[in-house]
Amino acid sequence: MHLIFGHLEPEVMDKIKDIANKLVEVKNWPAFSAGDTISVSYTIKEGAKERIQTFQGVVIQRRGSGTAETFTIRKMSSSIGVERIFPLSSPFLEEIKMVKRGSVRRARIFYLRELTGKAARIKEKMNFKKK
Amino acid sequence: MPGLIGRKVGMTSIYSAAGKNIPCTIIEAGPCVVTQVKTLEKDGYEAVQLGYGDRKEKRTSQAMKGHFKKAGTSPKRKLAEFKGFDQELALGDEVKIEDIFKEGEYVFVVGKSKGKGFQGVVKRHGFGGVGQATHGQHNRLRAPGSIGAASYPARVFKGMRMAGQMGNVRVTVENLEVLKVMPEDGLIVIKGAVPGHKGSTVLIRK
Repeated sequence: MHLIFGHLEPEVMDKIKDIANKLVEVKNWPAFSAGDTISVSYTIKEGAKERIQTFQGVVIQRRGSGTAETFTIRKMSSSIGVERIFPLSSPFLEEIKMVKRGSVRRARIFYLRELTGKAARIKEKMNFKKK
Repeated sequence: MPGLIGRKVGMTSIYSAAGKNIPCTIIEAGPCVVTQVKTLEKDGYEAVQLGYGDRKEKRTSQAMKGHFKKAGTSPKRKLAEFKGFDQELALGDEVKIEDIFKEGEYVFVVGKSKGKGFQGVVKRHGFGGVGQATHGQHNRLRAPGSIGAASYPARVFKGMRMAGQMGNVRVTVENLEVLKVMPEDGLIVIKGAVPGHKGSTVLIRK
């Protein structure tokens, strides 16, 4: 790797990403996007003890790219909305399971925060592709 | 203290063994060439001058060309002196990153901070400003306030913090942890931020 003195080559940002990819491992998760309901298992440490917890909810956004990518999932916990943000590259993530594919029209479905009950349902995505 | 000359590549974040996300700076350090060895008898003190980065032949003065010829290297862009190397260094030797830095060590990084131009006291010195937009304030939201007393001392003390040029000065950041040394790429990963913009020259020393 070499940079020209005085000004930066245009690929410098790519280089930073390359190095970040080398240093941080992003596991192979199933593809999911906003609107999908997923179940995330992650380890939590309580002092010396370690245990696995799951969090199931609707993905309301994915943001960032490469090793810095995060996703936010929202669930209703006894009529109170709870959101959690996970880095995709977090070493604490154990498993991401697809529960339901949702059909939504945008990449960030923040409008879901204002909706409750029946209005907060998301249509399931149907696969009409011929087999 | 032993060190190397390098260039800031940029920032990213990595995970520690405990799973914490740590912000870090990637620096391309070295390889540097020994361009001069200063000795007690000849120069009055001991030091090693290192050179880093290539400079065009035609942009190098005759005097400097002679200096580089003596060391048997091509003209270098940046020269800096370091001392206290563990190994014996001779003229023309190449110093690499793995010779000097180890993971877990603490280093000092010297660079030229990003220039912010002429800035007021709120940004430059962290003053609070007036803090009120109403109650008779006009045009004074970010003003410094009083800069001293009246007929005694009848002057403004030296060093009074005021508006002026901010940034574009040499800054040393002390005790930054070396998270990783990547000899095959010539890179070093340092915890935290380092002065200067991407691509700017930095000195790393122990």
